[in-house]
Amino acid sequence: MGAGTEALEQRPVPDKGNRSAGHSGNGAGMPPTDIGNPQYFHKVVDCQWACPAHTPVPEYIRLIAAGRYTDAYMVNWKSNVFPGILGRTCDRPCEPACRRGRVEKEPVAICRLKRVAADNKEDIGDLLPPRPAKKNGKRVALIGAGPASLTVVRDLAPLGYELVLFDADRRGGGMIRSQIPRFRLPEEVIDEEIDYILDRGFIETRFGTRIDSMKQLLSEKFDAVFVGSGAPRGRDLDIPGRKEAAKNIHIGIDWLSNVSFEHIDKIGKRVIVLGGGNTAMDCCRTSRRLGGEDVKVIVRSGFEEMKASPWEKEDAMHEGIPIHNFLVPKEFTHKNGKLTGVIFEKVVAKKDEKGRRQLLPSGEPDQHFECDDVLVAVGQENSFPWIERDCGIEFDKWNMPKVNEVTFQSTNPKIFFGGDAAFGPKNIIWAVAHGHDAAVSIDKFCSGEDVSKRPPPLTNLMSQKMGIHEWSYDNDISNAIRHKVPLRDQKIALKDIRAEVELGFDQSLGYAETQRCLNCDVQTVFTTSLCIECDACVDICPVDCITFTPNAAEPDLRLMLNAPADNLTQDLYVSSPLKTARVLVKDEDVCLHCGLCAERCPTGAWDMQKFLLEISHATEARCSRA
Amino acid sequence: MTWITKPKLHHPKLPANALGFTRRDYEGSVSTLCAGCGHDSISAAIIQACFEIDLPPHRLAKLSGIGCSSKTPTYFLGQSHGFNSVHGRMPSVLTGANLANRDLVYMGISGDGDSASIGLGQFAHCIRRGVNMVYIVENNGVYGLTKGQFSATADKGSKSKKGAGNPDSPMDLVSLALIAGASFVGRSFSGDKKQLVELIKAAIAHKGAAFLDVLSPCVAFNNHVGSTKSFDYVREHNEAVNALEFIEGKEEIILDHDPGTTVNVTQHDGSVLRLKKLAEDHDPTDRASVMNFIQRHNARGEIVTGLLYVEADSEDLQDRLGVTKRPLNSLSDADLCPGSTALEKINAGLR
Repeated sequence: MGAGTEALEQRPVPDKGNRSAGHSGNGAGMPPTDIGNPQYFHKVVDCQWACPAHTPVPEYIRLIAAGRYTDAYMVNWKSNVFPGILGRTCDRPCEPACRRGRVEKEPVAICRLKRVAADNKEDIGDLLPPRPAKKNGKRVALIGAGPASLTVVRDLAPLGYELVLFDADRRGGGMIRSQIPRFRLPEEVIDEEIDYILDRGFIETRFGTRIDSMKQLLSEKFDAVFVGSGAPRGRDLDIPGRKEAAKNIHIGIDWLSNVSFEHIDKIGKRVIVLGGGNTAMDCCRTSRRLGGEDVKVIVRSGFEEMKASPWEKEDAMHEGIPIHNFLVPKEFTHKNGKLTGVIFEKVVAKKDEKGRRQLLPSGEPDQHFECDDVLVAVGQENSFPWIERDCGIEFDKWNMPKVNEVTFQSTNPKIFFGGDAAFGPKNIIWAVAHGHDAAVSIDKFCSGEDVSKRPPPLTNLMSQKMGIHEWSYDNDISNAIRHKVPLRDQKIALKDIRAEVELGFDQSLGYAETQRCLNCDVQTVFTTSLCIECDACVDICPVDCITFTPNAAEPDLRLMLNAPADNLTQDLYVSSPLKTARVLVKDEDVCLHCGLCAERCPTGAWDMQKFLLEISHATEARCSRA
Repeated sequence: MTWITKPKLHHPKLPANALGFTRRDYEGSVSTLCAGCGHDSISAAIIQACFEIDLPPHRLAKLSGIGCSSKTPTYFLGQSHGFNSVHGRMPSVLTGANLANRDLVYMGISGDGDSASIGLGQFAHCIRRGVNMVYIVENNGVYGLTKGQFSATADKGSKSKKGAGNPDSPMDLVSLALIAGASFVGRSFSGDKKQLVELIKAAIAHKGAAFLDVLSPCVAFNNHVGSTKSFDYVREHNEAVNALEFIEGKEEIILDHDPGTTVNVTQHDGSVLRLKKLAEDHDPTDRASVMNFIQRHNARGEIVTGLLYVEADSEDLQDRLGVTKRPLNSLSDADLCPGSTALEKINAGLR
C-alpha cells in the first residue's frame, strides 16, 4: 500500500498507461469542445445540418418507426411546410450528408420516408396553428405563389397579418405546379398542402394576376412586400437554325408549364432534350408520355458532371432514355421550315494550366442527330423587367437585386426577396428556408424591430437513459441495405402522364428503412470528472472513434487517433484534461450513436442525450417574445 | 453488460491483415462482465495481438478455469477452440491438449483466484514442466464473482471496498513463475494496451511456458482509494522496465542506432524481441538478477511491468519428453501399430 493515494486525487498522474506518443499534454492542444454551443451537436446531425430548413430528420424517422405518421408529418410540416411534395421531389441535400452513407454503401432513404409520413398521416386539421382571432393591422403583398411565398404566408398568417398573394397562374404553387410533372407529383398532393396554408388566416389570393409594375404595387400602401417570383425565364440556345425551325424548338420550363396546364398534349416521335439538369430529366420523361418514342438527352459536358440528381438520371434511363455526353449543339438543321435534327460538335474535357476544366473539340467529325422536336433545358434565369429601377431596389452587375443573405431584405427596407428570386435558381427546400427567414424579417420590420437580430433556435439536450442498459431510443440498428422504392409497371406508367411512377414505401418497407437510421441526434455526451480511463468505451466502440491520448493541435491529433480521422468536415469532440493529463478524443465522423460506449461505461461518464434543434420561425419567435 | 449485439458496421478504413481478416473478425461475443472491467481490455489486447500476427483463429486453443477471468475466452476469437475447465484445473487440461496436438497455439486464461488459490499447484507444475503455452493471469486481487473478498494476490495492508485491511502476505505469481522455471515472464496492466499487445505477441511466439501477470482492476469491488490494484494506484506505481517491440521472423531487422540501450532477443521461431531498456539495472536474460530486481522493487511498493525475463534457447515439455512431432490425431494405424518386428525389437531392448 503506497503512500500518497490521497494526493493522487488532485494531481495529474504521469502518463504511464499509454506511452504510445511522445506528445506533451500541455501547450497548443485542442481546447475542450464547447457542447453548450448548439452549433456543435447540430453539425453532428448531418442530415439536419445539411437541410436548408434544418428539419429534425432522425426525430421524424423515429416517429415513423413508432407508427406515429401524423406526428412525423407535423415535425416535417413545421420545418419544411411541404412534406408530401418534398417527399417526392426534394433535392435531398440530407442524403449525401447522411452518416449511414459513410459507414455503408448508401444513405437512409430520408426523402422517401418523408413521403411515408405524408401518405399515412391522419387528419391534421386540429394540429395546425389556430387561425388568428383578429387582424394585426399590417398588410403584406407576396408576388408569386411558389414555395417561398407560401412559406412566408404560413409563418405570418397565424400572427394576424393580412396577406395578399399574387400569381400570374390561375392556381397557387408556382414551379411546384407548373414545372414538376404529374407523374412525379400528383395534383392532389399539391392542392392539399397549399390548402393547409391558404386556409389559415386573413389571406387574399389574386391568382391570374400578373404584376407588371412594382411602383404600382407599392402605391397600394402595403407595409411590406415579398418577392418570390422565382427564376421564370428559361435560357435559349442561339445557334444557326433556331429561328427557322422555331416551331419545333421549345424552351423546357415553358413547355413543361404548358403540359402541366394542359395546353400541350403531344410531341413528335423523335425528341432531343438539350441540357443535363433536373428540368431536362422532367422534359425527356414527359416526352415519353406524350408520344415521344425515340427520346434522347444530349449534354455538353460529361455524364458525371451533369447537374441532374443521380436518381433523376437513373429514372430517365430506366424509361429507356439514353444520355449522350460530350456533344455541344452547333446547328439546328431544317427543311422547308421544319426541324430535321441537330448537329453536334464532339468535345473532350481537358484541364488548362490553372487546373480549370475546359471542353475542347476532339477533332472528330460533327455528329447529326435527326429529330422532330427539341426541348431546350439549358438553365433558367431571373428576370425582373417589372421592377422599375428607381423604386429603391438596387441591382448588381448581373441585374440581380441586392439582397441581404441573412435577412432577405433588399435595399428598399420594406421589400424582401426569397426563393429563386433572391439568389438565382436553387430548389424547393431552399425556397422554404428563405421563406422562413424572410418571414422573421418581415415580422420584425412590421413591428419596428431590428431585422438583423435573429431569433436563436430552440434547443433541448436530454438524457435517453431509462435503465441500466435501456435507452428511450432504439439503438439496435439494422444491417439492411437501402430499400428500393416500388415503381408502377412501366407499360402503364408511360401511357398516362398522371400516373405516379413511384408508389412509395408501404408501412412495412417504410419501417424497415427507418431502422437503418443511426439516430445521429442522440449525442454521446462525455463528463470528464466521472471518467476513470478504464478503456471500456475504446474497446467496445464498433467504429474505433474513441481515443484517450495526450492532447495536441488538431492536425496532429487527427493522426494520433485509433482510426484515421481524415474527414476534415467532421469535428473532433475533445474533453478537458483527465487525471492522466490525457484527453478523450472522439471523432464524430463515423460514430454509429449505438450507445455502446455509454453501456460499457462503469461510471456514467458517457451518456446518450437527445439533441433537438428547431429553427425559430416567425410564429414561434413572436409567441416566445409575447 | 449489453443487450444489443455489437453492430457489424465498422470504420470504413479498418485495416485487414495478411489473411484478409480485420480486427473485428477476431472478436467473440459481447462481454457479460461488469462495464469497465479490466478483463475486457485484456480481451481486446488478445484480439489485437492475434490480428497483428495474422494468426488463423482456428489455430488457437483457449482454455480457462472458473472466475470472471475464466469467462473471458468467450469474448475473443469466437472462431477458435475453447475449453472451460474446472476451478484451478485449466493447466492440466491444457497440458493434456498440448500433448495431444502440438500444432495449436495454447492460451490459458486464468485469474488470481483460479491460479493463486485453488489452482496454485497446477499453475506451478504446468510452468515447471515447460508446457508450450501462453498463461495469462488476469489479476485483480479480489474474488469478483463472490463480491470482492481478498484473493491470494491482494497486497498486505490493501483495503477492501468496505475499508477492512488485508492482514496476509500476497502471493507474487511473477516470482513464483520464475522460481518454477518459466522461460518467459512478463507483467502488464490492462490499462496499457500498447505494452500488453506486444507482450502477448511475443509470448505466443515463445516456445515453452510463457507467463503473463496482467493487473486488471475490478471496477465493481477493487477500484477504490486504499486498493493497490485500482486504476489510479497501478498507474501511479507502474515502473516499466522496458519497452518491447515484437518483430516477426519474416520481417527485416533494422540495425539499432544505440545498441547500449536496446537488447535484441531472437526467439526459437526467428522472431526478435527488441527491448528498449527503461530500467538501468534490469537484465531480462539473467533469471537470478531478475528475481532480485523484482524483490527490490516490490519492497519499494513499485509494480514492475514489461518483459521481465526471457530465455532465448528455451525448450518445452514435448522436447523434454521426446514425443512424436506430429499431432496424435494425424497418426495412422501403421504409425501406432508398427508390427511384430518392431515389438520384438522393443522387447529385446528391455531384456
